[in-house]
Amino acid sequence: MSGNIVLRIKNVDKTFGGLHALGDINLEIEEGKTHAIIGPNGAGKSTLLNVCIGRLEPDTGTVEFEGKNMIGMKPHEINHAGMVRVFQTPEIFPDLSVLENVMVPALAKRDGVFKFNALRSMASNTDIEAEAVHVLKDLGLGEYIHHHAGSMSRGDKRRLELAMGLVQHPRLLLLDEPTAGMARHDTNRTIDLLKRIKERGMTKIIIEHDMHVVFSLADRISVLAQGRIIADGTPDEIRGNPKVQEAYLGGAEL
Amino acid sequence: MPLLKNDWVVMAIFTAATLTAPLWLSPIGAGYPDLLQKFAIFGIFAIGFNILFGLTGYLSFGHAVFLGVGSYTAVWSFKLLTMNVLPAVIFGMLMAGVFAVFIGYLSLRRSGIYFSILTLAFAQMSYNLAYSVLTPITNGETGLQLTINDPRILDAAAEGVAATGLPSTTLFGIEMSGYSGFYFCAVALIIGFFISLRIFRSPFGLKLKAIKSNQTRMKYTGFNTRPYLLTAFVISGMYAGLAGSLMAITDPLAGAERMQWTASGEVVLMTILGGTGTLVGPLLGVGIIKYFENIFSALNDNALHQAFAILPDWLENIVVAIAGEFVGEGWHLTLGVLFMLIVIFLPGGVMEGIRRISGWIRGRSRQAEQAPAAEATGGE
Amino acid sequence: MDAILLQILNGLDKGGAYALIALGLTLVFGTLGVVNFAHGALFMLGAFCAVTIQKVLTLSVKVKDESITFFEAFKEQPYLEIWFGDVGTAIIDWSVPISILIAIPIMLLIGVVMERGLIKHFYKRPHAEQILVTFGLAIVLQEIIKSFFGANPIPTPAPEIVAGSAPIGALFGLGEAVVYPWWRLIYLLFAGIVIFSVFAFLQFTTFGMVVRAGMHDRETVGLLGINVERRFTIVFGIAAVVAGLAGVMYAPILPPDYHMGMDFLVLSFVVVVVGGMGSLGGAVAAGFLLGILQSFASMNEVKSILPGIDQIIIYLVAVVIILVRPRGLMGRKGVMED
Repeated sequence: MSGNIVLRIKNVDKTFGGLHALGDINLEIEEGKTHAIIGPNGAGKSTLLNVCIGRLEPDTGTVEFEGKNMIGMKPHEINHAGMVRVFQTPEIFPDLSVLENVMVPALAKRDGVFKFNALRSMASNTDIEAEAVHVLKDLGLGEYIHHHAGSMSRGDKRRLELAMGLVQHPRLLLLDEPTAGMARHDTNRTIDLLKRIKERGMTKIIIEHDMHVVFSLADRISVLAQGRIIADGTPDEIRGNPKVQEAYLGGAEL
Repeated sequence: MPLLKNDWVVMAIFTAATLTAPLWLSPIGAGYPDLLQKFAIFGIFAIGFNILFGLTGYLSFGHAVFLGVGSYTAVWSFKLLTMNVLPAVIFGMLMAGVFAVFIGYLSLRRSGIYFSILTLAFAQMSYNLAYSVLTPITNGETGLQLTINDPRILDAAAEGVAATGLPSTTLFGIEMSGYSGFYFCAVALIIGFFISLRIFRSPFGLKLKAIKSNQTRMKYTGFNTRPYLLTAFVISGMYAGLAGSLMAITDPLAGAERMQWTASGEVVLMTILGGTGTLVGPLLGVGIIKYFENIFSALNDNALHQAFAILPDWLENIVVAIAGEFVGEGWHLTLGVLFMLIVIFLPGGVMEGIRRISGWIRGRSRQAEQAPAAEATGGE
Repeated sequence: MDAILLQILNGLDKGGAYALIALGLTLVFGTLGVVNFAHGALFMLGAFCAVTIQKVLTLSVKVKDESITFFEAFKEQPYLEIWFGDVGTAIIDWSVPISILIAIPIMLLIGVVMERGLIKHFYKRPHAEQILVTFGLAIVLQEIIKSFFGANPIPTPAPEIVAGSAPIGALFGLGEAVVYPWWRLIYLLFAGIVIFSVFAFLQFTTFGMVVRAGMHDRETVGLLGINVERRFTIVFGIAAVVAGLAGVMYAPILPPDYHMGMDFLVLSFVVVVVGGMGSLGGAVAAGFLLGILQSFASMNEVKSILPGIDQIIIYLVAVVIILVRPRGLMGRKGVMED
C-alpha cells in the first residue's frame, strides 16, 4: 500500500515557443521516499523542477503539495508551504559568512515572509545561531563557520546550500543534481549525507545524472525523455526496463 | 576587539566622542559650532543613506528629495505652529517618511540602474515643481523664509504678545544657536547612530545584507523581499528628513536647491568615500569632505603663496598656479578628483584602507610571533 | 494646426540633441556594458570646442577706431580681419561650422584617451562603481571648463546668413505666422545626417557588424577571437564624437555653460531608458518623442490644464515607461533586468 502522497503533479504541460518541454506529466511523490527523476539532457527535468518550485507556470495541469495547489504561488510562499529547493549551481549569499548563510534561512523559518525586527540584537538570537551551527557541523562544515562563503570551493558551496535547505526542516526537499561537478570522494560523502537524511524520513526529489548516486539513494525512479515520463518504478524495475535502456542509456548495460 | 561587539560599549565611545567633539576637533580648526553642526547633520544624512545603499545595495540618486522635504516641513512648522524645534523635527521626519513610502513603493519595483533612474526622476520632478508650480508652498527661487506675520499659533497662544523682529528657533526656551544648536544636532546624531547600529546588528539587518548579496536566493529562502526593501528605504528617507529639518533649525530657510541631484550625489560620495556598508565609514566620509570643503574653499592664492613661500620664486608661482585651481572656487575639482581616486583605487573607501593597513600590521606582528614558535617546534 | 506644427518643430531640435547624446550613451552601454555618467560632459566639451575656436579666431588687437574722430577711441579688431580683410570676417562668422571639422579629431582623441585611461579598467566592475567613477570624471571635466571659461554662458552665434528664421509656413502654405529659426532647421538636418551615418556605419561595414554582434552577445564575439578591445576603444571614440558634434552644433541655440552637460545627461539617461537600454533605434525614437512631448507640454493651453506639466513631463514619462515597460520602447530582453 502506498503511503501519504506529499506532492501530486497532474497533467502538466509546458511549451516554450514551438518546443514541447513537458507533455502530460503525472507524478506522485510518497511521504518519506526519495524519488529520483532521471533522463537525458534536455529531457525537461529542470523545467519540471522549476514548475514545482513556482519559477515557471505550466500551460495546463496542477501541482498539489499536501493537497494545496501550488500553481501561481510566489517563491517565498512555496518555501513556507514546506517545499525547499537546492539549486544546481550553488545559490548562496557570497558576501556573508558561512554561519550567516545558514542563519538567514533559519530566520525565514522563524520570522515568516516579513518581520521588522530591526532593533533586536543578533546576539540575542542564540537559538537560531545554535541551530545553524548544529546543521553545519552535521554536514562537516563546522570548521568553516566564520569563513567568507563566496571564497569556498564549489563542493563546499554545494554542501553549504544543502545546509541552508536542511535548516528549514522542509517537508519536501528538491535536489537539482546534488553531486554535479563534484570529485568522487565528495560525491560519496554527499551520498552518505543524503542517506542519513533519508533515515530521518525527509521526502526528497532528486534530479541526477550520476547513476551511482541515483541507484544508491532512490526508492523510486521516474524516467523523462523528450518531455514525457516513459517509465516509473523501483530501481530494479527501471534497471530492467528495455524502453529506458533504449531511450536514455542507448542500450548500454546499467 | 571583542569589546566592540557589545553595542553599549560602542555607544558609550561614540557618545563620548560626539559630545567632546568641540574639544578634540579644535586643534585642527574644526572646533566651532557651525562646522560641527554641519558634521552632525550630514552625518545623519549619510548614516541614513548607508542603511539603504550599504545594506541593500540599492543606489538611490534622489535622496536629496527627503532632505528638501524635511527642510520645508520644518520651516512650515516654525511658521504655522511654533518656533520650538521639536515639532519641526518630528514633522520633518514624518513628512519625509510619507514621501519615502510613495517614492519607494514605486521605485523599488525595479532594481539596478532602473532603480537609480527612477529615484533620480522623482527627485528631478520634485525639484522642478518646487521651483515652479509649488511656489505657494516653497516660495520658489527665493526659498521659504520666516516672516513677522507668520501665525505661529502655539507661540501666540503661549505668549499672547507679538514679539518684535524675527524670532529664533528654540528648544523649550533655549535658543538653538551656537553650541546649543550643535548639541541638539549631536543628540540627534547619537540617537541616529544607535538605531543604525542596532539595525546593522539585527536579524533585519542580516536579511538586508542577504538581499544585497543574492536577492533571488532570498525569495526562494522564504522571504518577501519587497517589504524589507521598502522599510529600509523609508527609514533611510526619514534620516534624510531629520537631517533636512535640522538644517532648517540652524538657519530657518528652505530652498529647492537642497533637492537637486547634485545634493543627492554628494551624499553618495560621502558614503562611498568613508566606506559603504560600514558603521562609521559614512561619518568619516562626511567629516573628511565637509572639513576639507571648509578649509579648501576658504583658501586663496595669497594663502597659497604663504604656504609655499619656502620654494624658489619660479617654482612657487607654478605650484601656486596649479594648486590654485583646486582651492577656493575650485574645491569641486578637488572633490571630483578625490572621488575618482577613491573609486578607482579604494572602492571600499577609507574604512577599507584602514582595514588593509591594520591587516598588514597584524600580519607582520603575527609573523614575528610565529617565526620563533615555528623554530621551537621544528616547523610544520 | 499651425500651433501644433510649430510645437512639433520646436520639439524636434531639442529632440535631435537628446537623440544624439542618447545614441552615444546607449552605444557605449550596449557594446562596452559601461554606464557612462560622463557622457553629458562630452556634449559640453563639444560645445566648448565651438567656444574655444570662436575665441581663437577672434583673437584681437586694440586698434584706433577711425570712425570716431573727436576723441581717441580704440576698438578691438581681430587679427584675422587685419590679415585677411573680408575673408577674415567671413571665417569668424563661420566659426561654428568650422568648429565641426576641428571638433571631430579632438573629440575622437578625448574619447580614446578616456576609454584607454579610465573606462577600460571598469568593464568588469559593478555598474554602481562605473556610475560613480564617471560621475567623478564629469565633475572634474566641468570644473576644468569652469576655471577656464567662467561660470557664465558664452554666446556663440551661428553664421550671419542663417541668423534669421525660415518662413516654413509660407513654404508649406500654412500661414505667415509659422516661422522657424534657420539654425534649428540646420541642427535638425545635421542630427539626421549624423544619426544616419552612425546607423549606416554599423549596418554596412564589417566593423559595424562586429559591434552589432557584440551588442547582441558580447561573450560570443569575444570567443570568436576577434579583438574586441580595440573595437571598444573606437566605439567609445565614435560615441564621444557624436556627443561632441551635438554639442558644437547646439552652441548657437543654447549659449554653453559648464553645467550644460549635467543638465542634458540626466535627460539623456531618461531617453536611453525610455528607448530601451542598449537599443540604438529606441534611443533615437525616444529622443525625438520626448523632445516633442516636452514642447507640447510647454504650450500654454496644456499648462493651464495641468500646471507644471512642462517641468516634469520627461521624468513622468520615464517613470511610467520603466514601471510599465521595463525594457523601454524597443529594449531587448535581458538587458539589465532584475
